[in-house]
Amino acid sequence: MTGSIDILAVGDVVAEAAFPLTRDSLVRYAGASGDFNPIHYRDDVAASVGLPGVLAHGMLTMGLAVQPVSDWLGDPGRILDYQVRFTRPVVVDPQAGAEVLVVAKVGKLDAEAGQARIDLTVSVGEQTVLGKAQVLVRL
Amino acid sequence: MPINPDIVGRALQPTAPYLVGREKIREFSRAVFATNPVNLDPAAAQAAGYADVVAPPTFPIVIQQLTLDQLLAEPDAGIDFSRVVHGDQRFSYTRPIVAGDELTGQLTVASVKTLGGNSMVTADTVVTDAAGEHVVTAISTLVVRAED
Repeated sequence: MTGSIDILAVGDVVAEAAFPLTRDSLVRYAGASGDFNPIHYRDDVAASVGLPGVLAHGMLTMGLAVQPVSDWLGDPGRILDYQVRFTRPVVVDPQAGAEVLVVAKVGKLDAEAGQARIDLTVSVGEQTVLGKAQVLVRL
Repeated sequence: MPINPDIVGRALQPTAPYLVGREKIREFSRAVFATNPVNLDPAAAQAAGYADVVAPPTFPIVIQQLTLDQLLAEPDAGIDFSRVVHGDQRFSYTRPIVAGDELTGQLTVASVKTLGGNSMVTADTVVTDAAGEHVVTAISTLVVRAED
């Protein structure tokens, strides 16, 4: 465990990480999760439903975005609640892929309860892809 | 076709027990870039006080998906799968899932709303273990886009 609640302040960055996604990542996630919607691996299907390209599964983005917080905590059992809003799709280019950047900041501290709300900024390029991405943790 | 508002409050049948395998957790961990030893190494997980490897926080989607499939298959729900977009997702945990857990999910439809031609359905899936104890509640809002 890295952060005792006394040394944390609202706005502190507790973790950040970059995740390079490729089409391989999407196929791996499809198999692991059982979500085989073809918009996540077939360009022709993605185009036929009007998408700008093959998209990462929203749940893959949500899943990786919490990992820096999980590593910072050391123990995933300290995660009490995790929520996101899917605001913009992540297009994964067949050659260049896409890089998802995650910055985790303290959004709120509750010393009495020993809890903190960690707010995630999750972006690709200059644009955020998740909204209201919040992790409630026990410290 | 809009979502049928009469499905609000409906509780579906609990799913058949799902036995969480150690290799499944490792596979899912690798897929979401989880590198914490407690996700991958049984010895590390046991040293941290867990019975076996610990699933990443979004793993409950695997159980929840089974219940969402039930919901989409409800004949009178009126949810056109080809127009469904995932809007929001939330997990509220009592404890993390570990390998060896036998989990059951039960979905209840919390709300149905219509906004500017789009319909939204929010569904709560309560995941319990073999002892009937609460593990996690997974809440999804699905948006059904308006017809073009």
